Amino acid sequence: MQLARVIGEVVATVKDANLVGSKMLVLQPLAADGAAAGRTLVALDSVGAGVGENVFFVRGREAAFPFYPAEPPTDATIIGIVDHWNVEPTRS
Amino acid sequence: MQLARVVGTVVATQKNPKLEGAKLMLVQPLSLDDRPRGTALLAIDSVGAGVGEKVLVVIEGKAAGQALGRKAAAVDAAIIGIVDAVDYRDDE
Repeated sequence: MQLARVIGEVVATVKDANLVGSKMLVLQPLAADGAAAGRTLVALDSVGAGVGENVFFVRGREAAFPFYPAEPPTDATIIGIVDHWNVEPTRS
Repeated sequence: MQLARVVGTVVATQKNPKLEGAKLMLVQPLSLDDRPRGTALLAIDSVGAGVGEKVLVVIEGKAAGQALGRKAAAVDAAIIGIVDAVDYRDDE
């Protein structure tokens, strides 16, 4: 699982039948300090997230599990909205 | 899932039996500003996408198999939606 910020949404009328009614959001993965880290991606939403929120998401075949018993073809799904996170400063 | 542009079709007579009848497309992953990102890859198409269209590509084996409607198919990428629009915030 990874932290990300929701930075946009995708509209697709023609899509796999198992995706009808699901929200697709553009994610920017984040480093621990909140900076953008890595490539943007599109994920399904299972928690009601919106643009501007910090979330965490899961990749891989587990991404379909939140919709069980439905099996949408997804490789990334938002599974939580982050209220806040805290990084302990490392001692040097 | 990744945003991508369909850049071509692929024809293969000799192939794994599980791929019989599957439409193979060559897709070029895109960044949010529509620039090519990374190398083009092969994806099966389950939504009727055409060359030149912007699509959503799922890059994960089980999800791709679900899009194809076959279990244990030797596929790892599938087009699962045709993108109408992407709205995103560019304040990162």
